Amino acid sequence: MAVPLIELDHIGKSFDGGRAFALRDVSLSIAAGAFVALVGQSGSGKTTTLKTINRLVEPDEGEARIGGRPVREQPGPSLRRGIGYVFQGIGLFPHLTVGENIAAGPRLAGWAKDRIAARIDELLDLVALPRDVAGRRPGELSGGQQQRVGLARALAAGPQIMLMDEPFGALDPVTRLELGDAYRALHAGLGLTTVMVTHDVQEAVLLADRVVVMKDGRVLADDAPRALLAGHPDPDVAALMATPRVQAERVAELMRSPPSG
Amino acid sequence: MADQLSAAWALLPSYLGQHVLLSVSALVLGLVLSLPLAVLAARDARVRWPVLALASLIQTIPGLALLALFYPLLLALGALIGQRLPALGFLPSLLALALYSMLPVLRNGVAGITGVDPAVREAADGLGMTPGQKLWQVELPLAAPVIMAGVRTAAVWTIGAATLSTPVGQPSLGNYIFAGLQTENWVFVLFGCAAAAVLALATDQLLGLIESGLAHHGLRRMLAGVAGLVLGAAVAVAPLFAQGSQPRYVIGAKNFSEQFILADLIGRRLQVEGAAAQTREGLGSAVIFRALAAGDIDAYVDYSGTLWTNVLNRRDIPSRQAMLADLTNELKARYGVTLVGALGFENAYALAMKADRARALGVSGLADLAPAAPRLTLGGDLEFLSRPEWAAIRKAYDLNFKAERSYNPTFMYQALRSGEADVISAFSSDGRIAADGLITLADPKGAVPAYDAVVLVSPKRAGDRRLLAALRPLIGRIPVEAMRQANLSVDRDQNKATPQQAAAALSKGIHLE
Repeated sequence: MAVPLIELDHIGKSFDGGRAFALRDVSLSIAAGAFVALVGQSGSGKTTTLKTINRLVEPDEGEARIGGRPVREQPGPSLRRGIGYVFQGIGLFPHLTVGENIAAGPRLAGWAKDRIAARIDELLDLVALPRDVAGRRPGELSGGQQQRVGLARALAAGPQIMLMDEPFGALDPVTRLELGDAYRALHAGLGLTTVMVTHDVQEAVLLADRVVVMKDGRVLADDAPRALLAGHPDPDVAALMATPRVQAERVAELMRSPPSG
Repeated sequence: MADQLSAAWALLPSYLGQHVLLSVSALVLGLVLSLPLAVLAARDARVRWPVLALASLIQTIPGLALLALFYPLLLALGALIGQRLPALGFLPSLLALALYSMLPVLRNGVAGITGVDPAVREAADGLGMTPGQKLWQVELPLAAPVIMAGVRTAAVWTIGAATLSTPVGQPSLGNYIFAGLQTENWVFVLFGCAAAAVLALATDQLLGLIESGLAHHGLRRMLAGVAGLVLGAAVAVAPLFAQGSQPRYVIGAKNFSEQFILADLIGRRLQVEGAAAQTREGLGSAVIFRALAAGDIDAYVDYSGTLWTNVLNRRDIPSRQAMLADLTNELKARYGVTLVGALGFENAYALAMKADRARALGVSGLADLAPAAPRLTLGGDLEFLSRPEWAAIRKAYDLNFKAERSYNPTFMYQALRSGEADVISAFSSDGRIAADGLITLADPKGAVPAYDAVVLVSPKRAGDRRLLAALRPLIGRIPVEAMRQANLSVDRDQNKATPQQAAAALSKGIHLE
């Protein structure tokens, strides 16, 4: 078997000088082209796990590797230039235009001006935004449009890996569904490897082709959505994975029942 | 009034130029120091507390005191590094004002940088910006409007506080205010305040243009602000350079009318000799001699009794001639200071009475006062009653007054006029003695030392023929009546003259011109 693209090898992390554990012995192996969702309740360690991949968090034990090479061998900034990062807070630069926001990564990588200008148009097309938003300020856009720009910015320098932390968490349900589908298509079309943190099990099973369930800093389950939806020996995992099915059944029942009144 | 205004206008190019040059330099130095410190403090909480605490502490020192403190500080520092630093004038003013300007920039800098949205920082990290790139491309641009607001505050403070640099010998718009306060020339005081206020407001508005340009990405507004500031500063400072070479001689003056007039008189004499002179007025009585000894000023007028007790620390009271001879030798030997000679008048503490009242009581001198004293009230200025001169007079002539009261000098003369006081402590060269029809009581026992006005020259000018040639014609040439007349023309309430006008009149009156 070829070397997996991303490996987390027995990662441990504690905060407050060892009094609070964020991660205990987390190991994951992610192949190129995979779409992995990390799910679990707040405080389960999914965001910390994600951030050990691009060194926004340094583990106390174990190591993260990309393409077989330990990430700690590379300076954080240059490592992160090759990895797309999208998060719930979006964090668009308010003093720059939409175009300048998208150009931030390519500019750090030292691209030529013409190439950057062409790339801005290309990415606006890709995330389905009209090209004329390039000259506007982020503050003039809706929440959904802003996250599309965030996505375009993360993709601009052409990363192979995308790390996403609740990327659609702050959006309304319609936009959320729309943007999720759009991203799923981008992931496949661009041949990306995606690791996405979400607390929404439904979103995880519908978008990812592999779901990792975490609790108290440990991995409880790691399998294809279909297998996990069918049941699991761990009661916590089983309860969590039952939620989309229970919701779907209730909705179906609601639609079968005769209209009241 | 119109005279006063035109006199004030004539001084404006020089004072305004000096004021702007000082304020701009201090603000630039302050920014150079405080901006990097603000960045450091924003990043590291361990640096933040001490830096902000120190800046706040500096702010609590009154501006005047901070400026004054740099005088001994620079002298000590100069001694430490074995090189004489200019302890008066531009350097101490620059350093004090730069320190003074730091707090608002530091505070706003820290608030602006730490106030950047954490999501924006996380995005910068996620994109792979180094800490330096994050600072320059994200944190500073976002903090810029807040920092700029701090710069505005600092600019207004600096321009205001720069008026306080006058007493340490740096000319500024404060010269109007300090000279005006001393000579009760309210036109000058108001003129100085208004000029400083207009300057501060204009600067604030232009900086505000830059601030709003930064906040709203208005490049044109920013450029207009920058252009306005650069142009304004250039126009204000231009007269300083248009004057050509810097004035060669620096004449010092303490903080009262007589000193202003005499400094101007010396300046006029230097002009006659073909040399330019600059006056540093409003210097403290204790600072001025050290400034002369250190060479920060070239010449000034002091009083023999003051030098005798304050500089030589002598407590005995020799005769007038013996004191002058001793002073001449001792000042030369100890400090290298040349006493050129006495001007001819005294400015001594003297008890004064209304002439008609003295006649009625049969008093012509201190010797006759003792029998009448128990029925009379003595009015002293704020320090007279606790000074050694009063103790000496009282002892020598056995005086016991019915009451002793202290007044502000202006009110002291009014008390005498209204009869609240019968005898007051006057300065013998005060113009009000003649104007109010007073007599000073003779001191036949010599209880009070002589306070002959004497001209002193700094060690480095001891062999300067031009300066000595300018000063010598003044020696023995100014009778007390002429000095009183000149002082009165500046001190009186109506038809006031400026010290410059009084010096011109005095010069003509004693036939020097």
